[in-house]
Amino acid sequence: MSGASNFVEGVDLAFYVILGISSFFLVGITAVMIYFVIRYRKSKNPKADTSITGSNKLELIWTIIPTILVLVMFYYGWAGFAPMRDVPDDAINVKAIARMWSWTFEYENGKKSDKLIVPKGKPVKLDLISVDVNHALYVPAFRIKEDVIPGRNNYMWFTANQFGSYDLMCAEYCGLRHAYMLTTVEVVGDDEWVEWMKTPEGESDLDKVAEGFNVIKMNGCVACHSSDGTKLVANSFKDIWGTERKVLVNGEEQTVIIDSEYIHESIYDPNVKVVVGYNPGLMPSYKGMLSESDVNLIIEYIKSLQQ
Amino acid sequence: MTAIPQSGAYVNFYQEKRGFLSWLVTEDHKRIALLYFWAISVFFVVAFILGLIMRLELIAPGRTLLDPQTYNEVFTLHGVIMIFLFIIPGIPAIFGNFSLPMLIGAPDVAFPKLNLISWYLYVLGGILALSTLLYGEGPADTGWTFYAPYSVKTGTNVTVAVLAAFVLGFSSILTGVNFIVTMHQMRAPGMSWMKMPLFPWALYATAWIQVLATPVVGITLLMIVAERTLGIGLFDPALGGDPVLYQHLFWIYSHPAVYIMVLPAMGLVSELLPVFVKKSIFGYKVIVYSSLAIAFIGYFVWGHHMFTSGMSGPARIIFSVLTFLVAIPSAIKVFNWVSTLYKGSIEIRTPLLYALAFIFLFTIGGLTGLVVGALATDIHVHDTYFVVGHFHYVMFGGTGFAFFGAIHFYFPKIWGRMYNQKMANVAFSILFVGFNLVYFPMLVLGMMGMPRRYYDYLPEFTLPNQISTVGSWILAIGLILMITNLIRGRKGPKASSNPWGSVTLDWTHTQSPPTLYNFEKTPEIERGPYDYTDYEAYIKKNLQS
Ligand code: HEM
Ligand SMILES: [Cu+2]
Ligand SMILES: [Cu+2]
Repeated sequence: MSGASNFVEGVDLAFYVILGISSFFLVGITAVMIYFVIRYRKSKNPKADTSITGSNKLELIWTIIPTILVLVMFYYGWAGFAPMRDVPDDAINVKAIARMWSWTFEYENGKKSDKLIVPKGKPVKLDLISVDVNHALYVPAFRIKEDVIPGRNNYMWFTANQFGSYDLMCAEYCGLRHAYMLTTVEVVGDDEWVEWMKTPEGESDLDKVAEGFNVIKMNGCVACHSSDGTKLVANSFKDIWGTERKVLVNGEEQTVIIDSEYIHESIYDPNVKVVVGYNPGLMPSYKGMLSESDVNLIIEYIKSLQQ
Repeated sequence: MTAIPQSGAYVNFYQEKRGFLSWLVTEDHKRIALLYFWAISVFFVVAFILGLIMRLELIAPGRTLLDPQTYNEVFTLHGVIMIFLFIIPGIPAIFGNFSLPMLIGAPDVAFPKLNLISWYLYVLGGILALSTLLYGEGPADTGWTFYAPYSVKTGTNVTVAVLAAFVLGFSSILTGVNFIVTMHQMRAPGMSWMKMPLFPWALYATAWIQVLATPVVGITLLMIVAERTLGIGLFDPALGGDPVLYQHLFWIYSHPAVYIMVLPAMGLVSELLPVFVKKSIFGYKVIVYSSLAIAFIGYFVWGHHMFTSGMSGPARIIFSVLTFLVAIPSAIKVFNWVSTLYKGSIEIRTPLLYALAFIFLFTIGGLTGLVVGALATDIHVHDTYFVVGHFHYVMFGGTGFAFFGAIHFYFPKIWGRMYNQKMANVAFSILFVGFNLVYFPMLVLGMMGMPRRYYDYLPEFTLPNQISTVGSWILAIGLILMITNLIRGRKGPKASSNPWGSVTLDWTHTQSPPTLYNFEKTPEIERGPYDYTDYEAYIKKNLQS
């Protein structure tokens, strides 16, 4: 089977058929139009043939042929789609829980993860649950998408055919951070998956660290702050938790300890305390963009960078 | 306007009454058309600038210019203005008002006062929509579709935005009623239905949609208001409502509404082509019936906006089939337009260029519509940039370009002057190139899997986004050039009463600019609307009388 999921072939075939027929008509119509405009321009054809007002035969032809063609297109569209509603009985059940603005996946044994981890070659059924507003679960590489609507048990399914990591996005507008409601599908080997399912949930700390990194990646923090000690525009996050810093407050030098309070302040009011050696005004305030819980995730992440 | 010295008693509709106030209380369909023209143009330019701002934000991943909340408000306002204040009213309210009575040989529309009221409702709706910028939590951030339950939960000014759309709906309904009665009652003697020109026919089909479908969205929007202000649980499951119900109600109107947006443009193109080809439109009757067919079948396809909403499989299949069927009348129109060119004597003037561009761009819009009409492919591209590209090809490439073409076509009739035609063609070319640079990459982005309404995107989507943004600058240059050329054109050389050599009544029997009641005496219909046999003699004869 070609393609990252079992649906790719059918969907792409529909694309080829529809886009193929469409391109043919677009090129044809445009070419004829340009040809007529040049061939029958006034200088070449000073007198129009006003006796032509229509032709029933032509009308019939260009009603019947397009009707047949659109029915062909409909057929391929239907054929590629029909299996998407037909879930195999042996599919693995996973709950996909959407909230503003993140995904959680809950497996049959109660294990949870923020990435969707699935075994290659096994059908997986997703029960789509939203706890707030409409979202849509979209995996472009698998050609699948279905809305996740509160109070409604939508579902979708697929079989992943290739190892790898694939983008999973929210495709139904859901407010402020809709564009950041991203994660991945990780397609792993069967044994690996079984093994992973058995390991107890890496204790939620690990999840938090990963989420914290997600937050700083998605908000562009990483453009200026590295995680490995490299100094970019600003200091790295590595090994800073609990250390002391000299900062300027209204032009006066003070010493602070990098703790939860200081990090909160640096994110919401970055220019109140600026570390000696940096210019104020470089970092924007993230008030209104990062929630309290986002900031706590960032703190978990920074803590995790401690040696 | 400066007075146009002419022999005898010729007083054009500008000279009839003067002063600012005379415009605000006018009942003349031509003046009301111009009132709409100025209001709609302002809104269009505002929304265009919002479009440019979005494109600038999307030039690179990460933050460029706006924060995400502002971005969400910008695309919502852009959509709301473009849909409710530009595309839906645009052609009927401006060119319908201006030329419909003249095309059917009538002195005005049936209810001139109602016509003026419609304009005031339009302005009120527009002011309401823009006022959301000024107070509370800022303009709505829901997208122009106001999907529940987000629209029920967000703190932004959704209530007022929705009320604005409600008021605008009334403006649209009243215009529709007015046009229907006008066409039933006021056609010149001898103009049977099958001798009525095609732009009126398109307006007729459109008007029925306006009258029958708009109330549904009006009620739906009021339901949103009731839910927000009174907490009545209609759409939010937290209150016991159903979000999918909202989508059904919304699209029952809004799909037919896409034909409100495009049918008048099709009518204009059917009107423009014969004038520059100097022979009859090909398949007049078929074009009439296809408009009616579109208006009718268009009521039954709304579900294609909801293929991923969790509708049952059979419902999706039925909506998909019907969607393909509604494509056929549009295809038939395209074939008829192209055939009209055959054996013509074609003069390539600016309005014709816009009409030809319409055919090309609308064809792309229609063909990409097949991709979103088919189930398998729609599942992939639904709610991605493919859809954004598709509907801009239809609405902007189609209706927008027809609108520009109509301005260039009716310019000499409206203002009695001619713009610089060379410059108009240059502006057209830049607009055409810019347009495709903006929107073709969006189709590609959607196929690659970039969802719409995204403030930020993954790095793999960068290149097409950059091309699109650069294209938006070219598009803007074209627009500026077009507008300045038109503004200058108002001081251009005087235009004759029939500079394009058309045989429809609006050109053969009226002055440029027309007089208050258009015709000196009610014109008699001697021939079909697109009969160009010996048209020169026919035009001359009517000029002398
Ligand atoms: C006749 C002209 C136009 C019409 C009728 C129109 C209409 C619309 C509508 C209805 C939307 C959807 C808004 C929503 O998702 O709620 C939209 C989105 C958009 N428009 Fe336009 N528009 C027009 C011109 C432009 C121009 C000139 C530009 C840029 C130069 C532009 C750029 C965009 C972009 C980038 C989006 C997508 C926003 C997003 O999904 O994040 N549009 N337009
Ligand atoms: Cu979302
Ligand atoms: Cu539709």
